[in-house]
Amino acid sequence: MTAHGYFSTYALVGLVLLVGGGFVSVAFAANRLLRPHAPNVEKLMTYECGVDPVGEGWAQTHIRYYIYAYLYVIFAVDAIFLFPWATVFADPGFGTTTLVEMFVFVGFLAVGLLYAWRKGVLTWT
Amino acid sequence: MSQRLAELAATTDLAADPVGFASDPWWLILFKAVLVFAFCVVMTLFAIWWERKVVAWMQMRIGPKHVGPQGLLQSLADGVKLAFKEDIIVKAADKPVYILAPVVSMVPAFMAFAVIPMGGQVSMFGHQTHLQLTDLPVGVLYILATASVGIYGIVLAGWSSGSTYPLLGSLRSTAQMISYEVAMGLSFAGVFLYSGSMSTSTIVGQQGDTWFAVLLPVSFIIYIVAMVGETNRAPFDLPEAEGELVGGFHTEYSSLKFALFFLAEYVNMVVVSSLATTLFLGGYRAPWPITAVWDGANSGWWTLLWYFLKVQLFLFLFIWLRGTLPRLRYDQFMRLGWKVLIPTSLVWLMLIATVRAMKNEGYDYRGIVLGIAGAIIAILVLSVVWDMFRGTDDEEEKAKAAQPPPGAPGAAEPFDPMAGGFPVPPLPGQELPPVPRRAVRRAEPVGAMVGNGNGTGSADDESATDATDKEV
Amino acid sequence: MTAGLAAATVAAADLSGRGGPGFLSPTGAEVAFVLIGLVVLGSALLVVTTSQIVHAALWLVVTLGGLAAEYLLLTAEFIAWVQVLIYIGAVVVLLLFGLMLTRAPIGRSTELDSLKRWPAVLVAVGATATLLTVVVDAFHSAYLDLGKTDDGSARVTGESLFRVWVLPFEVLSVLLLAALIGAIVLSRGRADADGKGR
Repeated sequence: MTAHGYFSTYALVGLVLLVGGGFVSVAFAANRLLRPHAPNVEKLMTYECGVDPVGEGWAQTHIRYYIYAYLYVIFAVDAIFLFPWATVFADPGFGTTTLVEMFVFVGFLAVGLLYAWRKGVLTWT
Repeated sequence: MSQRLAELAATTDLAADPVGFASDPWWLILFKAVLVFAFCVVMTLFAIWWERKVVAWMQMRIGPKHVGPQGLLQSLADGVKLAFKEDIIVKAADKPVYILAPVVSMVPAFMAFAVIPMGGQVSMFGHQTHLQLTDLPVGVLYILATASVGIYGIVLAGWSSGSTYPLLGSLRSTAQMISYEVAMGLSFAGVFLYSGSMSTSTIVGQQGDTWFAVLLPVSFIIYIVAMVGETNRAPFDLPEAEGELVGGFHTEYSSLKFALFFLAEYVNMVVVSSLATTLFLGGYRAPWPITAVWDGANSGWWTLLWYFLKVQLFLFLFIWLRGTLPRLRYDQFMRLGWKVLIPTSLVWLMLIATVRAMKNEGYDYRGIVLGIAGAIIAILVLSVVWDMFRGTDDEEEKAKAAQPPPGAPGAAEPFDPMAGGFPVPPLPGQELPPVPRRAVRRAEPVGAMVGNGNGTGSADDESATDATDKEV
Repeated sequence: MTAGLAAATVAAADLSGRGGPGFLSPTGAEVAFVLIGLVVLGSALLVVTTSQIVHAALWLVVTLGGLAAEYLLLTAEFIAWVQVLIYIGAVVVLLLFGLMLTRAPIGRSTELDSLKRWPAVLVAVGATATLLTVVVDAFHSAYLDLGKTDDGSARVTGESLFRVWVLPFEVLSVLLLAALIGAIVLSRGRADADGKGR
C-alpha cells in the first residue's frame, strides 16, 4: 500500500469518528430543545429502592474483579502475540519452528491458567 | 483483449480489484459514512420491533401492532418519546463523565462499522465503489480495539451515577465483557491462521470456496457464545438482572442518554453479527446452492442482500436465545468463560496450527485426521471418567457441607433478627421467631391480613395470628 | 496478453494509491503529529495535576489514545491498535478496578496533592532528560520512510518477531506467568486473611 492510500484510509476512520460526534451533538441539541426541564429535589436524588439514599453511592468492590481484570490483561497480551503469529504462520520459511515457539509460549500461559484454576481463582465466589 | 480484461476484473476477487478504497471522491465517502449511520439506526429500530414480534410469537402473544403497519413504527415512536422526556442528572453524579459515558458507549459501536464489508463493488452515482467504508490491513484488530473502548461507556456510566446499583452493574458488566473478549480474540486467531490476513475484505475473499464456519467449527461456536456474552444479551444479560440490580449501569439515566445506551446495545448486536458473517459465513457472498445455479449472485447490489440476510439470521439467533433460555448465574457465566471457552479455544488453535504445519510439511492428510480424532476421543473419554469420579467427590463434599456438624455456629446460635443493628434474614438452619402482630378484629375482611402476603389460606392465617396473640 | 495484464496492474496501482491527491499528505501527517503530541503532553500534565482521581485515569486514557494516534501517523498501524487494545482496553480498566477496590469517590480528593511537589518535578525533569538523551543517541541516524507503509503491518511485525526476536518473545511468556502467579498469591493471601477474620 502506498503512503497516500494508508493515510487516506485512516483519514476515513477519523471521518467516521467526526460523523459520529456530529450525530451525537445534533441529537443532544435536538433533545435540549424538545425536552421539558423541571427538576426538583426528589427527582435529583439517586435511586435506592424507593427509600432516601444514605451516605455515598460508592461502595468498595471485591478483589475478585481486580483478579479477573488482571487475567484479562495477561490473556489479551497473549492474544495480541497470537495474531501476527497466525498471520505469518503459513508463509514459507516459518512452519514447524514457529509452531514450536508458539507451543512454548502458550504452554507457559497454560501453566498460569492451570495454576489459577487449581487455586480456585477462576471460581466466582 | 479489453473485453477479456474486463472479464478478468469481474471474476477476480476483491484483493485484486481494480477499484481501491481510497479512490472515491470525498462527497461519495461522506455519503457512504452517513449511509452507514443511517443503516445502523434503521437496523436498531427494526431489530427492536423484530425482537418484540418474535418473542411475542414464541410466547403466543401478538406484540406491538398499533403504530404503523404491523406495529413496525413502534420502536421509532418509542425513540421519539425518549427524546421528549425530561433529562434528569442526579445530584450525586459527576456531570461531565455522566454526559460523556453514553457517547463513549455509542460512537465506538458505530466506528466498528467502518471496516465491515456490506457488499461487493457497486455503481453509485456513476462511480464504481465498494460497499465498505474503508479497508484496514488490521481490520479485525481495529474492531476488537473499538469494542474495548466501548467498555468505558459502561464503567463510566456506573461510576459517574454516584449510586450503588449502577456501580455494581457496571463492574459486573465490565468483568463480563473483558472475560469474553479473550475468548473472542482467540477464536479470531483461528481465522487469521487460515486467511493469513486481518483485513476483513481479504477474509471474505478467502472464503470463496468454503466458509470458515465449516473449516473452523469450534472457533465459530466459541465466537457465537462470546458474541452473546460481549453484547450483554440474554442468557448472559447479568448486568441488567432486574431482580438484583434494578437496571444495571443505566439505572440513573433518562431521556436521550438512555436512548443512546439502547442504541449502542443494538448497534453492537449488529456489529458482532456482521463480524460473524464476515469472518465465518463468507461475508456478502451468496451461499453455495445459489452460486451453483446463478452466476450473477455475487455481483453488484445483490451482495448487499446476502449480507443483510446473514446478519438477520444472527439477529434472529439473539432473539431466539432471549426467548428460550433463562439467565445464567454469575458464577456459571464466569465458569463458562474461563474454564470452558478459553481453554477450549487455546487447545483448538494449537490443534489446527499443528494440522496446518504437518500438512505444509507434506504428511498424509488422512493419517493426521485419524490421529487427531483418536487423540481427541481419548481425551474426551478420560475427561468424562475424571468428571464422574470428581463429580461424586464434589457431591459428597457438598452433602457434608450442607449438614453442619453439631456445634457449628450456624445451627447452634439462636437467630438474632437485629444482628449488628440491622434487620437481617435468618441463615439456613435458623428459625425465624414468630413476629408479634396487632390483634385482628373479626369484622375485618381477609384482605387486611397483608402480613402473610397471600389471602388464600385464611384459616392458617387466623391460627397464626391467634398464636402470636397469646405470645403478646 | 502479458503486456495487457501489466498495463492493468499499473492502472490498478494508479487507482488505488497514487491517482489523485490523498486526503492527508505526508506533510499533513507531520503537522498532525506535532499537534497530537501537544494534546498528549497537555493531557499527561492533567493526569498528574487533577485532584479527582477517576478523572486522572480518564486523562491517562486520552494520553494513551494520543500515543496510539502518533503510532498511526508513523505508519505503525499494528502497534497503534495493540496500544488501544492493551493499554486503553485492559491496563487502564485494571487501574479503574484497582481504584474502585480502594477508593474512587466522586469529587475532589484533597490528599492527592503531595507536599513533595518540587522534588517530584526534579525527578521528572531528570527522567525526561535521561530518556531524551538515550533515545536521541540510539536513533539519531534512524530514518523512517513514510512513503513505504509496510513496516508497521501485522505481517512485518510477525516476521521480525518470529525470526529475529524469538528469545524476548519466549521470555515474555515467563514474565506473564510470573506476574499471574504473583497476583494470585497476593490476592489469595488476602482472601485467606479475610477468611480467618470471619
